[in-house]
Order: sequence, then structure tokens, then C-alpha cells
Amino acid sequence: MVFLGGQVLPGNVGRAILGPFADQRAVDALNHSLGVDRPLLVQYGSWIWNFLHGDMGTSYVFRAPVAPFVVDALGNSMKLALVAFVLVVPIGIFGGVIAALNFNRPLDRIISLGGLSVTVLPEFVTGIILILIFGVWLRWLPIAAAWPKGAGFFTQLYYLILPSLPLFLVLFGYIARMARSGMIEALDSDYTRTAVLKGLPWRTVIWRHVLRNALLPTITVIATQTGYLIGGLVVIETLFRYQGIGSLIFTAARGKDFPMLEAGILTIGIVYAVATLVADFLYSVLNPRIRLGAEQ
Amino acid sequence: MSATDTPAGLPAPASPDTASRSPWGEMLHSLLRSGTFLTGLFILLFWVVCALFGQYFVPYDPLASDIINALTPPAADHWFGTDQLGRDVFSRVIVGSRDILTVAPLATILATIAGTALGLLIGYFRGIVDDIVSRVLEAFMAIPVVIIALLAIVALGTSKVTVIVVIGLSFAPIIARTVRSAVLAERELDYVAAAKLRHEGALHTMFVEILPNVIPPILVETTVRLGYAIFAVATLSFMGFGIQPPSPDWGLSISSNYGMIGGGFWWTVLFDALAIASLVIGVNLVADGVHGAFND
Repeated sequence: MVFLGGQVLPGNVGRAILGPFADQRAVDALNHSLGVDRPLLVQYGSWIWNFLHGDMGTSYVFRAPVAPFVVDALGNSMKLALVAFVLVVPIGIFGGVIAALNFNRPLDRIISLGGLSVTVLPEFVTGIILILIFGVWLRWLPIAAAWPKGAGFFTQLYYLILPSLPLFLVLFGYIARMARSGMIEALDSDYTRTAVLKGLPWRTVIWRHVLRNALLPTITVIATQTGYLIGGLVVIETLFRYQGIGSLIFTAARGKDFPMLEAGILTIGIVYAVATLVADFLYSVLNPRIRLGAEQ
Repeated sequence: MSATDTPAGLPAPASPDTASRSPWGEMLHSLLRSGTFLTGLFILLFWVVCALFGQYFVPYDPLASDIINALTPPAADHWFGTDQLGRDVFSRVIVGSRDILTVAPLATILATIAGTALGLLIGYFRGIVDDIVSRVLEAFMAIPVVIIALLAIVALGTSKVTVIVVIGLSFAPIIARTVRSAVLAERELDYVAAAKLRHEGALHTMFVEILPNVIPPILVETTVRLGYAIFAVATLSFMGFGIQPPSPDWGLSISSNYGMIGGGFWWTVLFDALAIASLVIGVNLVADGVHGAFND
């Protein structure tokens, strides 16, 4: 089902763009004479055709091709998302595993409730609070994500810590919760009992028997969070004045720069579809049952 | 929720006979004993009172500017300080609950009505209708709400009604999915077969026979969605696509003041952020309590 969703999405984003903008585009045709007097379907077709050939159109605002802007922004967003992911995936899984191993004890309560509370908060709220704590009061981290030109890897990383934290907090709750429930289910299963009863050390049972089964659903959750992550990026990049794909879409929407907006949205549609595919692939690699099933 | 789960010897306020209590009474009973639910309800009621009557008891007019006293830190005469126009932050935070507590619940109600109708329809008819509608809903759910809202608001213009409709319609698929799976289980039961044998119409069977039996999951999903609706409204207001000035709305206040955060004017944003955080967590605690009461 996830695969199907990913397959349908890119076309659907295109349709979603075309629908609401039909009127606006016709109006803009007068100002920009962009050839939008052709039937909408033809326009749509040629736009897709050009997009596939790397021509994303010309920005109304910057009077320049859209593609370089989108490519730059996507690169920046990926850096930010990567920092958040690299932080959250191991820590989230670790948190969930610890919570499950301490099932119903205080540590479990703290991780579960804490994770849930930060997950439900809007990113800009946690963002503001984190900026106040680390940027304004403690002055440990810069409050804007725009690093000096030509900054090296570590400087960039330093500037990206604060913006990635709100994303980290939201994702942490989801990932920890999935890892926890997967662990609890696996710990409760017959194969775990068998492993314990045949005298394997507890550490081996956890690593070899429990974790591998417990983390499968977690991978799916991580992949579905890409969609969320993109929405979160729009907010975070605006808050931290970061030149990513989210702020590109936001600025384009405010300035009614439709070619830029469309290119940005189609790009994230593609990113989402790719992420979903990768997740499906990872899932089958990690789950021998599915892989064998496909070969037969 | 069988009768045997009810602890004996705890007389209900309404009827002393525990065994004869209706399922709804039993649910209410377990809700009122849930600390999570009561804490959440307390927070939620606090903000509802502020939204309804806040304007009568706040010390200052939340919209009155007093430039001479702009940006004064919290002190005895301005508990939470003043913002860049000299408006009293405390009064603004209290009254700022009004717009979000109008827009978010209305959006949730819209989502519930639309989602329930759709879910009943596809769950009851199944087959090709279900296949097509479900795929479309999945594609919609894959697009982040912020992106859908951005597009719709660019196309339709900003207004409270747009925000309600956008959030309502983007949450409807999620409720529809929940209702669908509940209906799929119900439609195999004898009372539905009986209704069919009586030659009741499809609409009658759906809305009169099945609907009352799928209320519990709908109620749970609605309270969960309310939390997300508040999340979404606050985020959209922060992005400038939601509630518009001069409303003292929290998200809006943060967006107009966070630019000065580097100057150390923390009080102009912190209290609004904490207000959003408390409201979102409050609603989620209520949702958690309702979920627990139905699934015990």
C-alpha cells in the first residue's frame, strides 16, 4: 500500500497544482504571456515534459530559470534533514528499546510521555523555546541557520544543530513509540521465550532475536515520516531563515511565483516517492520472509 | 469494556447499581477516574474560559498600543511585559486563545462530518468505490497539511473560512479511514443483515443502523484530530496563512515578534509559545484519556 501511495503521488501533486491554479494562471497569462492561452492539458503536458528534461520553467519574480534555485534549496534542505535523521534514528530507536526493556517502570513512563508531549507540539513552538534557551540565554548556538560563505563542514554542522532539534523532537516521539511497541511485541513472543529457555545469554537474545524483529515496523514509520518532515521543513526553514526547499515553496507561495512553486512541490513529490521506494527496498532486505516470498 | 472489568464497590454518582450501568455511563465513569483525562480537561477548560470571558477580566485592552512603554520586560504593571507596540503581552496571551479555539474545533467538526460520511460510504459499499476512493485518500494523506494549505490559501486567499475548510478537508481522509475500518467489521454483523432483510435502504442502514455503533472510534479520532487541528492552525498563523492581524492570536504574535528574539526580547514570544504548548498538550491528554476509556 505504501508503494502504491508513492506511485500515485507525483502525478497527484501535479494535478493538485493544476487544479487550484487554473484560474490564477489564466489571469497571469495577461501579465506574463507565457503561452498559457493553450488548453490547460497541453500546458500541463509540456510542463511535465520540460520538467523531465531538466527545464523547470522561469521564475516570475527572479526572471531567471527556476532549476538552479530548486537544486540549491534541495541540497540545503537535505543537509538539514540529514542532520535531523542522523541524530534521531539511533537515539529514537535506543529510547524506544530502553523504554520497552523497562516496560511500565518510571524510565518507560518518562520516555513515552516525554516523547509523546514533544511530538505533538508544533515545530515553531519547540523551535522558539530552543532558540530562547540555546541561542539567546545560553548563547551556545547561532539563532539563524545562515552560515558564513565558504564555511567548512563543521561550521555548517554547528549552524544546523539548532534548526534540526525541533525536527528531532517531533520525530523522536514517533520513532521511539514504534520501536517500543515493536520491542514489547517481540519480547512477548514465543521465539524469544525459546531463545531464553535454551539458555542463550540475555544480550544475545536481545541483539540476535528481539531487535531484528522489533525494528522492522520502525523502518516503515521512519519512511512515512519523510512526508511529515517536508511539512516540518517549511516551518523550520522559515523560522531559522534557511534557504531550503521549504522556504523556497513558502516564498514562492507568498510572492505568487507559480513556476517556482510548482517546481518546488513536484520536487518534494519526487523525493517522497523515492523515499517510499527506498523504504520498501530496505524493508525487504531486512525481512527475509518477504524477500523469499518474492523469489518464489 | 465488559461488566466484569468494573471494579466492585465503587458506586456511580447516577446509579448505585454498577451492573446496570450503560456502556456510556461506564465510559464516563472510567474517564472521570483517569488522571490524564482530568489534567487535560482542566487545561482545556482554562483556555476555553479565557477564550469566552478573557476580554472581561484582562488588565489591558489586548489591541491598545502604548508606544512609550514598548518592549518593557515583565514587571508588576505588565506581568508578561509589552510587545513592540507597547501592547500588554499578558492580556494578549489570554485573549489570544479565542481565534484558535474557534477555528480549530470548527475544522475538526467539518473533518469529522465529511470523514464519517465518506468512511461509511466506502466501508459499506466496498468494491470498486472503496478501491478508487481509498487510493485517492492515501495520496492526499501523503501530502503534508502545510503544503495543501499553502496551495489552497494561495489560490483562494486568506480567511478564517479558508483555514477551516482546508484543515477540515485535509483531515477528513484520516477520519474516513478510521470509520471505514470500523464499518468493515460492523457490516458483517447480524443486525446489518437483519436491516437488509427488512429491505431498509442503504442510507438508512448506514446512518441509522451502523453509525451509532461506530461512534466510539469516531469520538477517539475526533479528539486526536482536534490536537492536530490546533497544531495546524497555530502553524498556519505563524506562517502568515492563518489567522490575520490584528488578532492577538498566539502563532501570529510569535511570527510578528520572533525577528527581535536576538535582541533578548524573550517575553514577546515565550508566553505565546507556552500557551500553544499547554493547549496542544491539554487536548492530547484529553484524547489519550478518551482513547483509554474506550479501549479498556
